[in-house]
Amino acid sequence: MADVALQSNRAAAQAARKRSSLHKMLRRKSTVAFLMTLPLILLIATLVIYPAFYALHLATLNKSMQRFVGLSNFEFLFKRETFWLVVKQSCIFAITAVIFKALLGFIIAHFVHNIPAKGQRKWRGMLLVPWVIPPAMSTLAWLWLFDPSYSAFNYTLAFFGIGPISWTGDANWARFSVILVNIWVGAPFFMIMYLAALKSVPEQLYEAAAIDGANWWQRIWYVTLPMMRNIIAITTLFSLIVTFANFDIVRILTAGGPLDHTHIFATWAFRIGIEGSDIPLGASVSLFMVPILAVAAIFILRDVNKRGNEA
Amino acid sequence: MSRKKLSRRQFIAATALSSAALVTAPYVRGAHAAGKLSIGFWDHWVPGANKASTDIVNAWAEKEKVEVQIDYIPSQGNKNLLTIAAEAQAKSGHDILAMPTWWPHAQSELLEPMNDVMEGLIKQNGEPNGTVKYLGQLKGKWLAVPASVGSQIKGPCSRIDLMKQHAGIDVQALYPAGAPPKADSWNLDTFLKAAEACQKGGVPFGIGLGETSDNVDTAGAIFQSFGAALVDEKGNVTVKTDPVRQALEFYKKLISFLPPDVGAWDDASNNKWLVSGRGAMIMNPPSAWAVAKRDAPQVAEQCWSHGFPMGPKGRYAPYLSYFWGTWSFSKNKEAAKSVLKVLSQPDAIEKMCVASGGYDLPCYEKLTTLKVWQEEGPPKGTLYHYPNPHNHQTLSIAAAPAPPKIAQQIYTQATLTKMCLRYHKGEAMEKVLAWAEGECEGFMRS
Repeated sequence: MADVALQSNRAAAQAARKRSSLHKMLRRKSTVAFLMTLPLILLIATLVIYPAFYALHLATLNKSMQRFVGLSNFEFLFKRETFWLVVKQSCIFAITAVIFKALLGFIIAHFVHNIPAKGQRKWRGMLLVPWVIPPAMSTLAWLWLFDPSYSAFNYTLAFFGIGPISWTGDANWARFSVILVNIWVGAPFFMIMYLAALKSVPEQLYEAAAIDGANWWQRIWYVTLPMMRNIIAITTLFSLIVTFANFDIVRILTAGGPLDHTHIFATWAFRIGIEGSDIPLGASVSLFMVPILAVAAIFILRDVNKRGNEA
Repeated sequence: MSRKKLSRRQFIAATALSSAALVTAPYVRGAHAAGKLSIGFWDHWVPGANKASTDIVNAWAEKEKVEVQIDYIPSQGNKNLLTIAAEAQAKSGHDILAMPTWWPHAQSELLEPMNDVMEGLIKQNGEPNGTVKYLGQLKGKWLAVPASVGSQIKGPCSRIDLMKQHAGIDVQALYPAGAPPKADSWNLDTFLKAAEACQKGGVPFGIGLGETSDNVDTAGAIFQSFGAALVDEKGNVTVKTDPVRQALEFYKKLISFLPPDVGAWDDASNNKWLVSGRGAMIMNPPSAWAVAKRDAPQVAEQCWSHGFPMGPKGRYAPYLSYFWGTWSFSKNKEAAKSVLKVLSQPDAIEKMCVASGGYDLPCYEKLTTLKVWQEEGPPKGTLYHYPNPHNHQTLSIAAAPAPPKIAQQIYTQATLTKMCLRYHKGEAMEKVLAWAEGECEGFMRS
């Protein structure tokens, strides 16, 4: 009888301890934070992690998706001439577009920064328009401008005795066209990020530089750029990822032609996976972006971290 | 709590009474007694054409007491292909789904056999054309039911006036309305001379060399006219052969008479070319003519649909077939088969064909002489030869006779038009052939 009473006391004490530890855990800030982010974690797990692992699974199947083939799909791709053309083009497309977007964004941000505060908001709004319009829609407008037979650009150029230029029919012009549209769409993002960074550079630094006799270029090189390094690195990385994964601009403007000379990973993956009913190979093509972007992300983020620690 | 015990006698009596009541009770059929059926039809280009299929299905549903849901899925942006891929992955979706050309073979493992449906339809409507058999059958098994909706021949649509004026060819005399063709002289040489004359006259033929379906289809028909195939029916690569070389030589000459930007053309480019009045011929079903009827009537009344020119190995025309397939995981296969039979009856086919302004083309031999093609105009009879009523040309599809899963890759990757463009741009013949051979070897993967 005494044993039974002791046991029931012990159980009650244990339950009370459990309740109080649960209570303590719930009161911990980290637990609350975790619970509050749980919906987002679940959302990401459903919409990002699951599809990513599913794509990995698909990439290991044969064409009819009935057999596990390991890395054979990647091995097959490495032997295809078109695949290496797509790798080359994706790199040309992404790197060129990001460089020009960053450059244009930087220049325009400076112009906007120098506009008196009163009229600045109007200009900022107008310059953001290309970035705000859904790219599928704005690219359709560009398609009409570049139309093989009825190009508005060619019509205008004809007044000056130039052209007609085969904007989407010639491999080099087609590459130029898709990169141009990508720059047009993406430059405002750089502009707004750089503008925000410019506004956070302390005015005293410029004043000190001016006292030291620094000219315009020296002020940019020794004050503006070092202060913007992190934002430049982050925006470049972000844009590189988005540009590498671009689909709509190329798909609408050239659909990868002529002669596959504007295909990038996403458009070629769609051509193979959906139009060609070879989903495993399409998944393999799209997964090929991951190592390229992962390497870029590691280098850029490591650099940002290092500078953060130094600060 | 008290619990009443059921004796064995009481149990037997209750069961017997309930069974008797169930057997003798009058059968009350509910509004949707035969269950539900979901259909994914192709969303037709022609405004109002969907209504005909909706009406037919609704009438059937009311009679059979089936609750039907119809989704019209557009092919713009390949939404129909995405739907097929998604449903195949999810193993769930519509009970009937419209599938274009290659997709019955691409999804062959997941489709319900349709032999029981097709046997009756063939007896009633006649044999389907060879292309439909090639695309819809696998080892004697019908993978899907051929759909008249969306099926088409992409033959030449010529400007009567411009062909007469610049090439001296009277297309109406070659293909008279209501009579068999008198087109023995309409061969690839005449075609090439006409292309040259029209180009010199400032109204070149609008034949694209891009990577979309219209471009590939024309190249396919011309290659077949030379007997050129990249892969034969047994799956052997036959790129480095004389017919392929001849076809490439022909195309090289033809491209020099076409607009300079044809390498960038898509499926809309040739339509625009005809409607704008800039060209003397395009290769298209009557959709371009239908648009011209609305937007440029003076162009439409000069249009005449007719047959392909004959090559050394015959006269071929591209036939693109749509199918209605039922997944093996469909929940109401019997209802699906029942409605597919109704949709394939001659009166239903005629109704849908009329609603599409003659665009839709049934594949059955007894249904190529419907009134709609004789009466549509202006000019009256412009569509008479569109459905190949006199079997004047062999209907085929680009990349045939290769096994369909390989042919689909040749077709989708536009290997034929790419070869023509490469050769035209100055690449050596053997280099072009070697490239195409490499591509075809890659398409063999299973």
